[in-house]
Amino acid sequence: MTSALVGSRILAALARVRDPELDEPITTLGFVASASVDAGGTAEVHLRLPTYFCAPNFAYLMVADAFDAVSTLDGVRHTTVILDDHFASDAINEGVAARAGFVRSFEGEAVDELDSLRADFLRKAVMAGTDQVCRTLDLPPAELAAVRLGDLSESEALDRLRRRRRELGLPAGDDAPLLIDPKTGAPIGADAVPLHLRKARLTRTSLDANTGICRGMLRHRYPTDGQGEGALP
Amino acid sequence: MYEKDGEKYFIVDSHMHYWNAAPSNWVPGAEQYAKGWIECFHAYQGLGPAETHWPIGKFMAYTEDDLMKDVFEDGYVDVAIFQPTYLTEWYREGFNTTERNAALGAKHPGKFIANTRWDPRDGDDGLKKLAENVDRFGSIGVKLYTAEWNNGSRGWTLKDPAAYRYLEKCQELGIKNIHVHKGPTIWPLDKDAFDVSDVDHAATDFPALNFIVEHVGLPRIEDFCFMATQEPNVYAGLSVVIGGLMHARPRFFAKVMGELLFWVGEDKMTFGSDYGIWEPKWQIEGFVDWDYPGSEFDDYPRVNTATKKKILGLNAAKLYGIDVPEEYQLGAGEGAPAARDDAVGVSSESPAASPA
Repeated sequence: MTSALVGSRILAALARVRDPELDEPITTLGFVASASVDAGGTAEVHLRLPTYFCAPNFAYLMVADAFDAVSTLDGVRHTTVILDDHFASDAINEGVAARAGFVRSFEGEAVDELDSLRADFLRKAVMAGTDQVCRTLDLPPAELAAVRLGDLSESEALDRLRRRRRELGLPAGDDAPLLIDPKTGAPIGADAVPLHLRKARLTRTSLDANTGICRGMLRHRYPTDGQGEGALP
Repeated sequence: MYEKDGEKYFIVDSHMHYWNAAPSNWVPGAEQYAKGWIECFHAYQGLGPAETHWPIGKFMAYTEDDLMKDVFEDGYVDVAIFQPTYLTEWYREGFNTTERNAALGAKHPGKFIANTRWDPRDGDDGLKKLAENVDRFGSIGVKLYTAEWNNGSRGWTLKDPAAYRYLEKCQELGIKNIHVHKGPTIWPLDKDAFDVSDVDHAATDFPALNFIVEHVGLPRIEDFCFMATQEPNVYAGLSVVIGGLMHARPRFFAKVMGELLFWVGEDKMTFGSDYGIWEPKWQIEGFVDWDYPGSEFDDYPRVNTATKKKILGLNAAKLYGIDVPEEYQLGAGEGAPAARDDAVGVSSESPAASPA
């Protein structure tokens, strides 16, 4: 296999890594500064973020996920993922390289690994995705409460919502209700639908606004496109 | 004062700064943080209109003359409220301290209100200092920066018992307004750095204090809104919302404003330019002209002249007891600025009326 082929597969692998907060691939967000592999199978990925002080927990997740995605590719023997220009670059880069986990990488500053943080943000992604799907339906609240996922025509938004729910272990099959509590998976009763939809819309607004600000700041910091930034998510 | 189409707006800039981030003020050994911080602020300025961008040199250390011109001469502001940010681990004399702000204020009587600050990790000495600052500068507001680094600690929360001692002291000293910045890097790092649940606790336990959440908990507006709708003494500080979104992302700005008007309400939103990140002039002109860009926003609360008058000045004037001349006041039936039971919050359609 040529290194160019592996190189394009690296970008494809990195496209499966999401910013857990923005719920978008790090490639389309412009966070991949470079990704390469040499003839000997040594891969090197550089990531970049919108600010020097971006939250270290999310940064750590992205670097660790990128490491996992690249290091499992066929033909890659050794992987280095480096976060550039960040106040916690050293702790994150060394921690991920040593597979130390978050707590050991930030000794004394964290007591838990980041699984529950990731789950919190997946639940937000489920709420935002719910808004995206419901917006196309134009049904009164009482009817929405009775809708099941299998009743809906296939769409990218629906597919994504199912995937996010599956990741959380929430019902995602055809007979699962469209509207569920993202914590418990319990169906939303007709009375509670208006507030649930309001919350879903608000969550999506927040996510979109946040993504907008991050994109603006990244563009100010790095005027060049990231690797794979132009690709469709 | 700003006047447009025969309407007069009294402007209170409730969140602005007079900082010194010049390299000569960087702490040796912490230069990368001092530099990283001001560059991060500078990137935010990039979200405003291009003609209002400054070179980084000016941005690090704008002068008194720059501030007076940008904020008062060109910027329409009647009263500006200094929100100090110390960051003394990175900046030798602090980024902008109560003293630095108050010294400028003393030269321009009636123009400024100097808020002070506290940090619960400063213990008894900090309590003494707080009392001194209130005595010296007449502060009735504080800016709290929970993400600040202090002797190896990367932050604190309002839930800390030590913070409660300070909140009690605030009540005792006559402080009314607690501005809380929700920023990056808060200890412990494994938690969500922008979690607003600590404000929720404090607001419930200190009902006599007003809690103004600056930057509305961005990027977690949803958590802020769910909390604010249940706490009558929680307000939305719009610094960064107008400056960061109105020009750069107008459609997101419209949605965020619509959500805030619905969940928090127009009586509980306050304008802050966040100067020197953004000049107030374009923000005020743009906001007075602003309306939702299209019919897809029809189910958000409407905005009118009274809404804008409250947000741009009357709400903050009420919180700070600033006298507003008659000509800027609202007409009969236009509501009460800074009312804790907001009209939106008590309608049957409102989130506050539903079991959340």
